[in-house]
Amino acid sequence: MTSPAQPDPVQPDSARSSAPDAPAHGPADAGPDADRRPDGRDQAGVVHQILSSSWLLSLLALLVALVVGGVLIAMADARVQDASGYFFARPQDMLVAVWDAVRNAYVAMFNGAVYDPQAPSFQRSVRPLTETLTVATPLVLAGLGVALAFRASLFNIGAQGQIIMGATFAAWIGFTWQLPPGVHLVLAVLAGLIGGAIWGGIPGFLRARTGAHEVIVTIMLNYIAFYLLSYLLTTAAFQRPGSSNPVSSHLEPTAVYPLLLGPGFRLHAGFLVALAATVFVWWLLSRSTVGFRFRAVGANPHAARTAGMNVEWSYMLVMIIAGGLAGLAGTAQVMGTERYLTAGIAASIGFDAITVALLGRSRPWGVLLAGLLFGALRAGGVTMQARTGTPIDIVLVVQSVIVLLIAAPPLVRTIFRLPAPGKGRAPRPVAPAPAKEVQA
Amino acid sequence: MSVAAPPQLGTGPGASPAASDRAPTSWKGPLTYGLLGTLALVVFAVLGRPGTSTFSVATPGDLFHISPVGVPSRLTALVLSLLCLGLAALAAVRTRQGRPTPGWVPGTFAAAFVLAFLSWAVAGESIPFTGLLQGTLFLAVPLVFGAISGLMCERTGVINIAIEGQLLAGAFLAAVAATLSGNVYVGLVAAPVAGLAVGLLLAIFTITYGVNQIIVGVVLNVLVIGLTGFLYSTVLATDAANWNQPPGLRRIAIPLLSDIPVIGPVVFNQNLIVYLMYATVVAANVALFRSRWGLRVRAVGEHPRAADTVGIKVNLTRYKNVLLGGAIAGLGGAFFTIGAGLAFGREMTAGKGYIALAAMIFGRWSPKGALAAALLFGFAEQLRISLGIVGTGIPSQFMLMTPYLVTIFAVAGLVGRVRPPAANGTHYSKA
Repeated sequence: MTSPAQPDPVQPDSARSSAPDAPAHGPADAGPDADRRPDGRDQAGVVHQILSSSWLLSLLALLVALVVGGVLIAMADARVQDASGYFFARPQDMLVAVWDAVRNAYVAMFNGAVYDPQAPSFQRSVRPLTETLTVATPLVLAGLGVALAFRASLFNIGAQGQIIMGATFAAWIGFTWQLPPGVHLVLAVLAGLIGGAIWGGIPGFLRARTGAHEVIVTIMLNYIAFYLLSYLLTTAAFQRPGSSNPVSSHLEPTAVYPLLLGPGFRLHAGFLVALAATVFVWWLLSRSTVGFRFRAVGANPHAARTAGMNVEWSYMLVMIIAGGLAGLAGTAQVMGTERYLTAGIAASIGFDAITVALLGRSRPWGVLLAGLLFGALRAGGVTMQARTGTPIDIVLVVQSVIVLLIAAPPLVRTIFRLPAPGKGRAPRPVAPAPAKEVQA
Repeated sequence: MSVAAPPQLGTGPGASPAASDRAPTSWKGPLTYGLLGTLALVVFAVLGRPGTSTFSVATPGDLFHISPVGVPSRLTALVLSLLCLGLAALAAVRTRQGRPTPGWVPGTFAAAFVLAFLSWAVAGESIPFTGLLQGTLFLAVPLVFGAISGLMCERTGVINIAIEGQLLAGAFLAAVAATLSGNVYVGLVAAPVAGLAVGLLLAIFTITYGVNQIIVGVVLNVLVIGLTGFLYSTVLATDAANWNQPPGLRRIAIPLLSDIPVIGPVVFNQNLIVYLMYATVVAANVALFRSRWGLRVRAVGEHPRAADTVGIKVNLTRYKNVLLGGAIAGLGGAFFTIGAGLAFGREMTAGKGYIALAAMIFGRWSPKGALAAALLFGFAEQLRISLGIVGTGIPSQFMLMTPYLVTIFAVAGLVGRVRPPAANGTHYSKA
């Protein structure tokens, strides 16, 4: 990628300057206590690091990612490949071709994500924006789930499985029960919440009771949820009558999120749920005692325990809530856009949610914006693929490069020669830590 | 990872001191054995299905022809489940005496349980036993490479979630390089390079920049899926003849050894990657637990500061091992394309990297264990395929779930606690 291209002399300097940036690492490793819970300490440090990178860095990361994507787009373009054959004879041909390829792709992406001026009517012109909101809805919800767990320094890689279980529960209520309009919708949403909460609660419980690492358990539960759903879709209770495909019946109209802008648009009330969830997570983390405990446990479990907090219970509760949020993302899928259950109901939202949470720096409003951005990339990617033939996989590349760079602020600073924050400060004295170690 | 137990320095997996250190005698082992044994007795024997289970062991071109073995289904299941219960009793007695259960018990128990299950599942049908073994090995090969890649990294304290990406990158570059050069061995060399490149990214971000290892691993997987998917759609799929028609590796029969009935053709008539796998397992096991290098590597993974104090370069060791691990996983990735004689397909590793991670954990961070776990997981998947043909009442999805369930049980300590290297997942800086 971009890092090896940088001249070496810059690197050690910025690496050194990054040390005061994340003071949690050094002393944490030195302390005798660090041995007992190595992962807890480090995760806290990382979350701190994610939180302390500035918005400017996020923007620059996006820029670099788009450049990387542009390079790939140009490489794959047929005209660029032709022109590169006689690059030394007429270099401007290739440059023009590169510019055209990249511009066309990104313009198509913008048209597909925000506003399409070529559309015949105003309604059609703004449709891409609503499409972005629709795609962003499950990303935001699942991203909130991942972000909330991050704040308690838990890695919830299991959003995928939680989405699947949420969608399964919601769908079952949705196509099996016959209820009056409002009640049915609320019950189905609640069922989705519970389904996700159960699937999130399992790793939380195992972490609290046995110390089983949530990363491993959640990854495994993703697959278990997938196969469980695949199995259910072959049973009489779930499979659509008369169909030999593993798909469920359509949800009752009473159990489907109402469309917000009428039948011409896919945008559904799930987006309001996502907004409400964002406010809820903000309230939970910034205004409630429970959220304070989560953050305390995330920042330093030992200190939280010493202060009388029940660390195990916090782990469990945070995973239950995180799972519930991801379960809501499942309802957005099954009750909003798809309206029936398939094995691929969760697509890759659970994994995208991790990148959303990281880009949003685990803050509720950040997650909302990050979800909208990735929703725009997704929605735009579809249009881009249709119009210019650039595969939508480019979105994955852009997404992952953004997150990698966001997670490594020193790298972005090196690329753009930015001054490190706190460079003027005297380096943190290192003497006390070794001294303590000698005593111990 | 472990909440209660403080890390014990230098105890390798399976090392005996670990057992005696383990706080009060745990009854989980005997209990689990007892429960599973009773389950086998009730389901496979008492409620068993009548008929004969036939296991055909013949392969074409065998030196000796062995006629298919038919056994009465219920009786066999009864004998085997009683054996299971006997082992459970043995474990209970040993636990009561406060002595550790002998090391051969889990393996024997698993074998007896699986055979009891097989004789129940195949009742009234026939199943090709050699094919079962062949398929098991075939499915296990990438898992073994992936798991050893994972443990190479984790033994130095770097979590490698990017196994999936390394496998996929290896599969991709192996196919492309082999097609472009027309030489399958160029692909075989290119695959580790691709894995190494992913490993290098992992190392730069985690070791140099101190980014959380799990985050980098997850994101690298997405990156590799995106990159290979993009190149697949733009280049490989549009011009397959020039880019994506790799030649396959030939099978090499080892003289004499490959003539052993049943085992011979399965184990000793394979392609080069499989032989490299055997070599990797042996080499990794010896190097990690019997060499100075291995001691240093494990020291870095258990207590980096102590290792640093005695002069081991912690981050250099980590860099080397992460790169080595990446290369090993990349080589395993080659098995998907040139090893199986297939063209590259989008996301063709299909989550195998995560099963490899599970195999590493289930194998308790040792190459031997990883091999056994990978074979077990490969067996579970092959069983699904074989029984799918035979047609038993068990939904195939549940058999696919087995590796993941087993892993959760393993990390949750229901079947003996597995303990990762103590410094796993921590960033190390001297300051």
